[in-house]
Amino acid sequence: MSTTSTDQAAEPTYDVRLVVNGTPHEVRLPARRLLSDALRHDLGLTGTHVGCEHGVCGACTVLLDGAPARSCLVLAVSADGAEVTTVEGLTEDDGTPQGRLGPVQQAFVDCHGLQCGFCTPGFLTTITAGLRDNPDPTHDEAREMVAGNLCRCTGYQNIVKAVERAADLAGRGRPDGDDARPADGGAA
Amino acid sequence: MTTRLVGQKVPRVEDQRFLRGGGKYVDDVLVGATTLHAAVLRSPHAHARVVEIDVEDVLDVEGVHLVWTYEDLADAAVMPATMAEPLPLLIPHPALTHGRTQYALAKDEVNYVGEAVAFVVASDRYVAEDALARIRVTYDFLPPVVGVDAARAATNLVHDDVPGNVGARLEQTVGDAPAAIAAAPHRLALDLTVERSACMPLEGRGTVARWDPDSGRLTMWTSTQTASGVRAAVAVKLGLDLGQVDVLTPDTGGGFGVKINHPWPEELLVPMAAKVLGRPVKFTEDRREHFISSAHERGQVQHVEVGFDDDGRLLGLDVEFWHDHGAYTPYGLIVPIITSTQLLGPYKPGAYRVVFESLYTNTVMVTPYRGAGRPQGVYAMERTMDAIAAYLGKDRTEVRAVNFIQPDEFPYDHQMVFQDGRPLVYDSGDYPQSLEKIKALVGWDEFTAVRDAARAEGRTVGIGLACYVEGTGVGPYEGAHVHVETSGKVKVATGLTTQGQGHATVFAQLVADELGCRFEDVEVVTGDTRRMPYSVGTFASRAAVMSGSAIHLAAKRAKEKALRIAADALEADEGDLEIVDGIVSVRGAPGSSISLGTVAVLSNPLRYAFDEASKAATQFTVGDPGRPPVAEDDEPGLEGKDFYSPERSTFASGMHAVIVETDPETCEIRILKYAVVHDCGHLLNPMIVEGQVHGGVAQGIGGALYERMEYDESGQLLNASFMDFLMPYVTEVPDGIDIDHLETPSPLNPLGIKGAGEAGVIPSAAVFASAIEDAEGFPITAMPISPSDLFALRQQHAAGASGAPDPSRPSDPSDQEDR
Repeated sequence: MSTTSTDQAAEPTYDVRLVVNGTPHEVRLPARRLLSDALRHDLGLTGTHVGCEHGVCGACTVLLDGAPARSCLVLAVSADGAEVTTVEGLTEDDGTPQGRLGPVQQAFVDCHGLQCGFCTPGFLTTITAGLRDNPDPTHDEAREMVAGNLCRCTGYQNIVKAVERAADLAGRGRPDGDDARPADGGAA
Repeated sequence: MTTRLVGQKVPRVEDQRFLRGGGKYVDDVLVGATTLHAAVLRSPHAHARVVEIDVEDVLDVEGVHLVWTYEDLADAAVMPATMAEPLPLLIPHPALTHGRTQYALAKDEVNYVGEAVAFVVASDRYVAEDALARIRVTYDFLPPVVGVDAARAATNLVHDDVPGNVGARLEQTVGDAPAAIAAAPHRLALDLTVERSACMPLEGRGTVARWDPDSGRLTMWTSTQTASGVRAAVAVKLGLDLGQVDVLTPDTGGGFGVKINHPWPEELLVPMAAKVLGRPVKFTEDRREHFISSAHERGQVQHVEVGFDDDGRLLGLDVEFWHDHGAYTPYGLIVPIITSTQLLGPYKPGAYRVVFESLYTNTVMVTPYRGAGRPQGVYAMERTMDAIAAYLGKDRTEVRAVNFIQPDEFPYDHQMVFQDGRPLVYDSGDYPQSLEKIKALVGWDEFTAVRDAARAEGRTVGIGLACYVEGTGVGPYEGAHVHVETSGKVKVATGLTTQGQGHATVFAQLVADELGCRFEDVEVVTGDTRRMPYSVGTFASRAAVMSGSAIHLAAKRAKEKALRIAADALEADEGDLEIVDGIVSVRGAPGSSISLGTVAVLSNPLRYAFDEASKAATQFTVGDPGRPPVAEDDEPGLEGKDFYSPERSTFASGMHAVIVETDPETCEIRILKYAVVHDCGHLLNPMIVEGQVHGGVAQGIGGALYERMEYDESGQLLNASFMDFLMPYVTEVPDGIDIDHLETPSPLNPLGIKGAGEAGVIPSAAVFASAIEDAEGFPITAMPISPSDLFALRQQHAAGASGAPDPSRPSDPSDQEDR
């Protein structure tokens, strides 16, 4: 709750139930509250970032019932009852409080797939869903998987490598390692 | 001995928190109900007098806590008088005879769409924006001045008291260029343009402030490239003592230059509101605001005249350019000065004259964007080199090679003044070797065969290259503090800020190597004025050079002290000691050792023991009873502090080459190969340097082929969104960038390094113009170039091309004058 009752008096609010990274939250929100703002400001999950507020950059991408969605284009009330996965939910349980990096996260470390880190959560959620749908992407499919997200720091070279590395780490498919990919990516 | 970390591809320590969603960016600070949110009413007009502002309707909006206009800033009962004055002119160059800056909220007049007019603080951003919609402003329209041509024509003026819209005119000469050109065997003239683009970090600007009435202190978090700069400006403007203001730079979602300007209006309004309201206030810029109210760069019109000999050797170079600096000049003349000096690149120009006019327009102001004037300068020079080669019928690399400063000519003095007011003297470099490397990397000598093969398939390809020299690591200084705690952990602070360059990793590598501690034990803090109040900022590819050198020196001091104390404790000679993995030991006597943590305990004589380790330092156990516990020339604690302040900048260099294919029907420009040779001296972390190059190349591709600020004649920015301003996605960048490094160390700093942050973007416009010209066979004189632009050029060229001589067909010099 980021506002006082006095502040909210003028605006009707609605009960919204969101299951975020497995944890249920009940919040009361105005109808116009964006899901991105609800996650960040009402639930305090600031890992989801807002880069453009019009659905182009993809930084705010979360998984809504498993599918990537731009949380800056979703009203929180319309996500009532949904399962939401944010970047904070991508780690794996290893018995420690912070958990172990998931394969996509680890791949970004291994490949230097991030610099300022602002767009990164949107890439991580997008790739997580992408590899779920296509665990064994070709090189072109790896590029295509991240083609809807903007990054201003990395020039995408290492993000594409990270997609392929994540597929390897996830250990799904690909009996012959890199066979599906051109050796150096090749010039277009 | 452990392996040295400098030069290794050490994975980044900051990645862990970023990848877990644990980064703390400015909008993530003070999330909660007590924080209020600000929004700014911005001018919808490019040029107008503000007649009246009516905020009456806002006062009824539930949740609104404060509304300010200029009238409030001028209210002596609430504000210090400084809030009513214009924002600082940060870099007052003597040639900037007509510098102007805006007010925190517009007074009487607005000069660009986006200028701040009113400021609202409310319970949340939604309510604050509701309130903005209820403010009624009456404007008297004035004719807007948009673009360099309109500014030069000066039919209308941006500021009534700036004649000709000229903020500054600056000329530098070396020899008599006009005479040298007149006497040269060959002459050419070129008219060139580059359009506006912008940094566009994924995170915009943002500021959070909290006033503590009990201690009378202001804490401020802001997404900036200079925490110390913001602190000084805020203290002065808010009428506070410097000691009352702490500025912390949280994680920053990219900067690329735009966040070096300060203070933004919101960086004063937010802390002032926090002080007045007694509650934390936050401003987070939205994307449209970033387009219309932060800063742009690049826009220039250039005229080059050059005289040269039969080999293409420059005899005289005379450059005039007009720089569009927008509505205000808070950052002075840095961008055009860099253009005028760095234009020279790796070449000896013969006689050189450069003159620029820095012009006002009714558009968003211009401050440095990655490369900061260099892309335009390199574009002018490299277009000239290509024109000379075309005119003489020579290979473009040969013409460049005859003009290179040679490796044995360093230090090379251009006899000019650089952006820092210091002589333009190159410290080191090896341009002939760079050229050999780039030719090999891109396959320059084999390209004729590639072109022929493509032609046989009905495809059109072209190759281009461009060279640059980049003054990096400009002063005046940076400092560092290294503190070894009694746990053995090493806390490092430097004042400049971080926007994704991996400073926490690279600086820790330097400390681990110099001090001899474990890399894992080092923690680096940047941009926190509480930890290092003396600092300049992050710009001009200076962080590694300046703070890296300062940290190296500070770690050396800490090490010297550690050895002195350890020698005493171990009853050994300092010269016999070594520090490895945080343990000081006597070489060849492994049993005789002491940890850095214990040395830290011993460095601080104690009265009170607080744990087992600290018992070793109490007054009954250490020290010579005949001497003071802390010697006169010493101080307690195992710390090192030092500053690095070089005589002048160090000059990195490089060359890019690109092979493009242009579609015969759609005019689409595809990148077939992109190659980079880069010399930034010793590489501290090659993984991070390559990442910087990758990102720069992508930004350069954006600037060369896609991005431009589309202003209409009334000064409206038509493409102020990511939907319409075309930043590259992965689909627009090449699949693979070939990089080769050359390491010519700088003699100016202890690490032999040069800056690397901007290199990737500097030669982009030049290298694409070169390659597209090569593919198409007619001159490319305006960048960026879209498929539509290329289509129009083909039409023009096909329709007679009488005014556009073919650069591949040399002709009489007099025919070339109008090129």
